[in-house]
Amino acid sequence: MNKKSYFKGIRDGIPIALGYIAVAFTLGIAAKNAGLTALQSTVMSITNITSAGEFAALGLIASGATLLEMAATQLIINLRYCIMSCALSQRLDPKASFWHRLLIAFGITDEIFGLSICAEQNLTPFYIYGVMSIAIPGWALGTCLGTLSGNLLPAGLLRAMSIAIYGMFIAIIVPPCKKNRILAVLITVSMAASAGFTFLPGPARLSPGFRIIILTVVISGIAAVLFPIKENSGEENHDVL
Amino acid sequence: MTYYNTYLYILVMAAVTYLIRVLPLTLIRREIKNTTIRSFLYYVPYVTLAVMTFPAILSATATIWPALAAFLLAIILAWRDGNLFKVAIGACLAAFILEFFISL
Repeated sequence: MNKKSYFKGIRDGIPIALGYIAVAFTLGIAAKNAGLTALQSTVMSITNITSAGEFAALGLIASGATLLEMAATQLIINLRYCIMSCALSQRLDPKASFWHRLLIAFGITDEIFGLSICAEQNLTPFYIYGVMSIAIPGWALGTCLGTLSGNLLPAGLLRAMSIAIYGMFIAIIVPPCKKNRILAVLITVSMAASAGFTFLPGPARLSPGFRIIILTVVISGIAAVLFPIKENSGEENHDVL
Repeated sequence: MTYYNTYLYILVMAAVTYLIRVLPLTLIRREIKNTTIRSFLYYVPYVTLAVMTFPAILSATATIWPALAAFLLAIILAWRDGNLFKVAIGACLAAFILEFFISL
């Protein structure tokens, strides 16, 4: 059973790995420009696995920022993982031990979270390990290659590969809309709001990290008040999810 | 201006990021009973993935059109079939081929 979940995780994680190689490759190029060696950038990617956080870190390292600035920047950019971790705590197999939780937490990225939270009836740690064990090497490999040789992969191919992650996100959120029209409305509103905040002029244009957090909290919060999930139908709703 | 060792920066950022990820997952061990919080956490993935996908996907290709086509195709494929891998690869191929023809 564990083995089955693990291999399903690997299979489902292929689009993440593809997208990660592409995005991490451009990260690797940026790392080289910031003065990092391939070893440094690869260590950074393996230990952090966060694209926005790592891109921001490169700027800070290059400019010789203080460690406090680094910590504060990472806190703000990556705060969304906190909400994701909360959501995951309610979907994860309640029997999953403390040690499993320590390991899984390491792999909470936008993509691995998105895939895991919608994957199984009773989410086992092994499914997440499967996803992690294909996605994280992809992230590390892309970073390493990008730092070593920024023109190894043609730009057009990289751009197309980076679409894989968005395609995966769409494949996660669209099918449940067929059974639950509230979700369809919610997703449309979310995308419209996201576009609105992205194209707003000047100070209203938030950084991507903040935009994700604020919109997620506000829109999910309003939806929770307007359309609460009934306690009795909890199981049913997980089916939809 | 002080320049720290790069690995020290990496250590700090890794520690902060890991703490953000690990605290809720290890501290919240029980099922939350509050309906509003449960509902909130149920809606979170849909909202957050939608916000991350659009409009970010539109700037993934050199011009907006291949990405827009890939976005619409992914929605249609996801609605009809829903297979994760097929949707992801279909969107990639559409973007790649369209971008190639536009660049001709």
